[in-house]
Amino acid sequence: MSPEKLARMANQITTFFHSKPHDEAVAGVADHISNFWEPRMRAQLFEKLAEGGEGLDPLVIEAKDQIRPVKQTA
Amino acid sequence: MRLIQETDFGTPASRSEKTVMLTIDGFEVTVPEGTSVMRASQEVGISVPKLCATDMVDAFGSCRLCVVEIEGRNGTPSSCTTPVADGMVVHTQTGKLKDIRRGVMELYISDHPLDCLTCAANGDCELQDMAGAVGLRDVRYGYEGDNHVVARNSDQPNMRWMPKDESNPYFTYDPSKCIVCSRCVRACEEVQGTFALTIEGRGFDSRVSPGMHEDFLSSECVSCGACVQACPTATLTEKSVIEIGQPEHSVVTTCAYCGVGCSFKAEMRGEELVRMVPYKDGKANRGHSCVKGRFAYGYANHQDRILNPMIRDTIDEPWREVSWDEALSFTTNKLKKLQKDHGKNSIGVITSSRCTNEETYLVQKLTRAVFGNNNTDTCARVCHSPTGYGLGQAFGTSAGTQDFDSVEHTDVVIVIGANPTDGHPVFGSRLKKRLREGAQLIVIDPRRIDLVRSPHIKAAHHLPLRPGTNVAVLTALAHVIVTEGLMDEAFIRERCDWDEFQDYAEFAADERHSPEATEQLTGVPAEELRKAARLFAKGGNGAIYYGLGITEHSQGSTAVMALANLAMMTGNIGRKGVGVNPLRGQNNVQGSCDMGSFPHELPGYRHVKLPEVRAIFESLWGVEIDSEPGLRIPNMLDAAVDGTFKGIYIQGEDILQSDPDTHHVAAGLAAMECVVVHDLFLNETANYAHVFLPGSTFLEKDGTFTNAERRINRVRKVMSPKNGYADWEITQLLANAMGGNWSYSHPSEIMAEIAATTPSFANVTYDLLEEKGSIQWPCNEAHPDGSPIMHVDGFVRGKGKFIVTEYVATDERTGPRFPLLLTTGRILSQYNVGAQTRRTANVAWHEEDRLEIHPHDAEQRGIRDGDFVRLASRAGETSLRALITDRVAPGVVYTTFHHPGTQANVITTDYSDWATNCPEYKVTAVQVTPSNGPTEWQVEYDAQAKQSRRIVHAEPAE
Repeated sequence: MSPEKLARMANQITTFFHSKPHDEAVAGVADHISNFWEPRMRAQLFEKLAEGGEGLDPLVIEAKDQIRPVKQTA
Repeated sequence: MRLIQETDFGTPASRSEKTVMLTIDGFEVTVPEGTSVMRASQEVGISVPKLCATDMVDAFGSCRLCVVEIEGRNGTPSSCTTPVADGMVVHTQTGKLKDIRRGVMELYISDHPLDCLTCAANGDCELQDMAGAVGLRDVRYGYEGDNHVVARNSDQPNMRWMPKDESNPYFTYDPSKCIVCSRCVRACEEVQGTFALTIEGRGFDSRVSPGMHEDFLSSECVSCGACVQACPTATLTEKSVIEIGQPEHSVVTTCAYCGVGCSFKAEMRGEELVRMVPYKDGKANRGHSCVKGRFAYGYANHQDRILNPMIRDTIDEPWREVSWDEALSFTTNKLKKLQKDHGKNSIGVITSSRCTNEETYLVQKLTRAVFGNNNTDTCARVCHSPTGYGLGQAFGTSAGTQDFDSVEHTDVVIVIGANPTDGHPVFGSRLKKRLREGAQLIVIDPRRIDLVRSPHIKAAHHLPLRPGTNVAVLTALAHVIVTEGLMDEAFIRERCDWDEFQDYAEFAADERHSPEATEQLTGVPAEELRKAARLFAKGGNGAIYYGLGITEHSQGSTAVMALANLAMMTGNIGRKGVGVNPLRGQNNVQGSCDMGSFPHELPGYRHVKLPEVRAIFESLWGVEIDSEPGLRIPNMLDAAVDGTFKGIYIQGEDILQSDPDTHHVAAGLAAMECVVVHDLFLNETANYAHVFLPGSTFLEKDGTFTNAERRINRVRKVMSPKNGYADWEITQLLANAMGGNWSYSHPSEIMAEIAATTPSFANVTYDLLEEKGSIQWPCNEAHPDGSPIMHVDGFVRGKGKFIVTEYVATDERTGPRFPLLLTTGRILSQYNVGAQTRRTANVAWHEEDRLEIHPHDAEQRGIRDGDFVRLASRAGETSLRALITDRVAPGVVYTTFHHPGTQANVITTDYSDWATNCPEYKVTAVQVTPSNGPTEWQVEYDAQAKQSRRIVHAEPAE
């Protein structure tokens, strides 16, 4: 999917969690992405984060290490 | 098998808990107080003759056939209008009564045709039965005088005679056979609530009249069939009965249209369906129906239906009819090669919310156990996935809290983002009945739906919000309740997390959420909103009913949570008459979600990441299940465009027509190398398919559907599948061709597997369904009889969870290029993409989609009613004809999406709900301009569709 669409979807999730206390919000964003995003989408997100996460909400960047890693498989 | 004849008790049951004892013809009878003498008699098996009484409507007392004698009382009262009393002694058959009844029948028959042998009601005529019951042997008055029966009286035209009205496509009205018992008029009023029929004239001039002496089709009649069902003669008769004759056996089954899940008797003659009659014991519909379930089943025999498997290498080739074996090996080779070349995650499935639980279960099992991934999704993605997520978060279960009977105990109803009289008509009728009894109604909808004002119904408040501002309006309602202290503190303290409520209350009480602060944004007058909030909080039992107008938004899940908050803060959960009730779209959308159709969860809403849940299925299926969530439908399409998703098996869903942003869906489908469509018709998606597997209709298979009230209803096979196999058998054939090694021989075995693996279905069996008729899950050791109402003693998740619902405007905004907001919906006579209803006579009511536009917006653009207009958004453009109406507010336009020629989804964008990716169908910024006809795209699409539907028929075998 286009990088813009991916960023929009991630940022939409953070928008909901912004009204939560900070730590809960970071965990909430990470959980939501881990639970609902297929590995291909997470891989694309990790790539974007590795490039500095331009266009991503700071909550996504903070949630980075809590998001389920993608296993390299065939 | 036999023809199921339900007992007609003559008058409705009394709800009184107090009983009285009386004697009828020497038998002692105990019945609830308020029961009629007629009903009490029937309870002991004594059928008092009657014509104007039937238990679907209140007693009327007009035919005077049901007279009885009561000791100690004067005269001969009618038993239908006389309530029982303690110690009453009733005689239903005396010399005097016999004379009266014979006299009454003699008068009736003196103005009724005597063509019984050739009459369509022959064998099912109450008038004939009563003539027999009272021993009528002679009509002394003759038939020559003044009458309504013959067209000509001795060479003179008979001015009293009226020709048959055959305007309705499904039933006829023959005034010459009418006995003016008013049952049809009362059924239309009391059961359906449309008030389309009346009795015109007085005395001998009295006639049943649709509207103001109109024909049925031009009147307000919605063709629900209640009048036909009520009619004791051949006056109102199904055309199918006239054509075929009386049925000889019947089977109870479940309608395959909307999420109400009405029970019907399929009345048969051999394998031919004569008619569908709503089943009185059906707990969702209580004997009522709508035009779709009652009449619109003709698609099953439509010439467009595909009955043989077909394949092709590329989508520009014509289809080739092939054997099942060839189709399956073609498919298997392709799918296996794709997995070999592109990895096991390169293919997936879409389960159908139109098919049975058992079929859906098998399709998700196909991808999980045979394909080895979790790439399964269902059309709930595009409708109620936010309901699953939102209610799951707040309450702990992804389903509505009530049964439909609950509406009979409601005092205040909020209807938001739903149009029950069109989308869920039988529930709509039940709701209207309660409103006529005095319940209050709050409608929150951008459009003035029928419920806002229609005969004998008027909403206390209509909040016409701007599309996309649901969360702002709901939070404003909460603001009023919190700041005016209208909440139910005792309930909140006992049932919910008090700290979370405090946080929420602080959030809601913030001035920026007040109705005054949000009025500018939402378009809802602050004072009206305040009144609505007060009414809901303090008006007694408050129930919320909602539809896709809530879920199909960027903030769909947030809005569902906001509804849950409202219900909890007012204490409206856990008993009759209250609750949060999603009106589900498809017949089995609840079931398809329950059955693990979503890519992140196994049956019973359990995440695939949980090893203990995977273990249950792994040990039973003998495979390893992937712990990663799979792709959702929009993600599948994105991955297809990216080249990593290559093949799909779609059972009973037309994503090209029903999913948003048609261009994107088409690009995704076109990028795939093996698209397998399993359906009744060459739907729009099939234009991009390589394999077509012909499906079976709900009449041709066994299984279960789960409706919006979590009710598991049986679907029963009444005829052999015309395509050769039930759908579950086809999925099994495909699974086995792929190496699945399945051996189900009946859907009951699949249900046994569901029960064995899914706690909320633990006690569900076909035997139990047979015994109880239907069961509402959870049905397990804790709830052996099922659960009509949920969260009675506590929430499933423990404490109810208040969640902060910050309003965030959608990115889809109006501007100079696209100044209007488009929202979409359904109409009564058509169903969703219309694949079925467009192939029935229902097109008489709705032959095209129209664009509703306010007179002000129309005038500015020089658009007249009926003109072709071009409707454009940033996603695409289409054209359709305008319908000028003030039902929509200025700035808002509305259309239905039933016809592929219109393709409303060319316009909708790929924006979606933040939590579930449920598309934002309900808000699209558009421009409307005059146009001369179809757009270039529509012309191209039509040509491509025609090209794609060519079929080369197989040579007949030697």
